[in-house]
Amino acid sequence: MNLQSIPLEFYLSLSAILFTIGAVGVLTRRNAIIIFMCIEMMLNAVNLTLVSFSAFMGDSAGQMFVFFVMAVAAAEAAIGLAIVLALFRVKQSVYVDEVNIMKW
Amino acid sequence: MSLIVHFFTLAGLYLTLQAQFIAIIQILVYAGAIMVLVVFVIMLLNLGKEENMHEKFNLRKKMSLAIGVMLVAQFLTVFLGKPTGMNALPEKSLQMGSTQGIGTMLFTEYLFPFEAISLLLLAAIVGAVFLAKRKSESA
Repeated sequence: MNLQSIPLEFYLSLSAILFTIGAVGVLTRRNAIIIFMCIEMMLNAVNLTLVSFSAFMGDSAGQMFVFFVMAVAAAEAAIGLAIVLALFRVKQSVYVDEVNIMKW
Repeated sequence: MSLIVHFFTLAGLYLTLQAQFIAIIQILVYAGAIMVLVVFVIMLLNLGKEENMHEKFNLRKKMSLAIGVMLVAQFLTVFLGKPTGMNALPEKSLQMGSTQGIGTMLFTEYLFPFEAISLLLLAAIVGAVFLAKRKSESA
């Protein structure tokens, strides 16, 4: 017996829309913290795709991968925010277009 | 703030996919830990009201928006163009998404990535502690 559910393509298109919003946000915003939150949003969109495929195919590899992606995202969150804090200590600014010491 | 709501909503979506473990882990890790980190950083930085130096809607933003629209149009054409006919979750997904199912798989087939993740988290903790150390303490 199969469980009635929302069709697969709606999950995939929602994930695609979320990913695109996150990508446009990373390209557009100046504040480093906002860029970081958009990166997390992109990771979440990919998680949604993985879980939906895993549920519809009956293959548990997708959910295992989501587990590891979440762990990697948490580690990257800690390091990224530490970098933002260290940058703020030096430059007193979180706007990424003001970090241009290495530009020639 | 709305990102926290976003994470909770995604957790609800995972529940509709019979992925109970992932849903709870999502709330715990993302909404619980990562957003708390972000809120702490915002509090520590003490930014004040974001000064709108009149962010120009310049060429970079226009190009990003155009590329984004094209990207989402491509995605939606592929995903919604032909109905896949997958309307039902197989019966297996119920026990696959439960904690017992995930735990069984995690400790039998995916044991090596599990241990590798612990190494990665160790590296992340050491790196974060080092990056946050005050300069006055060293040498």
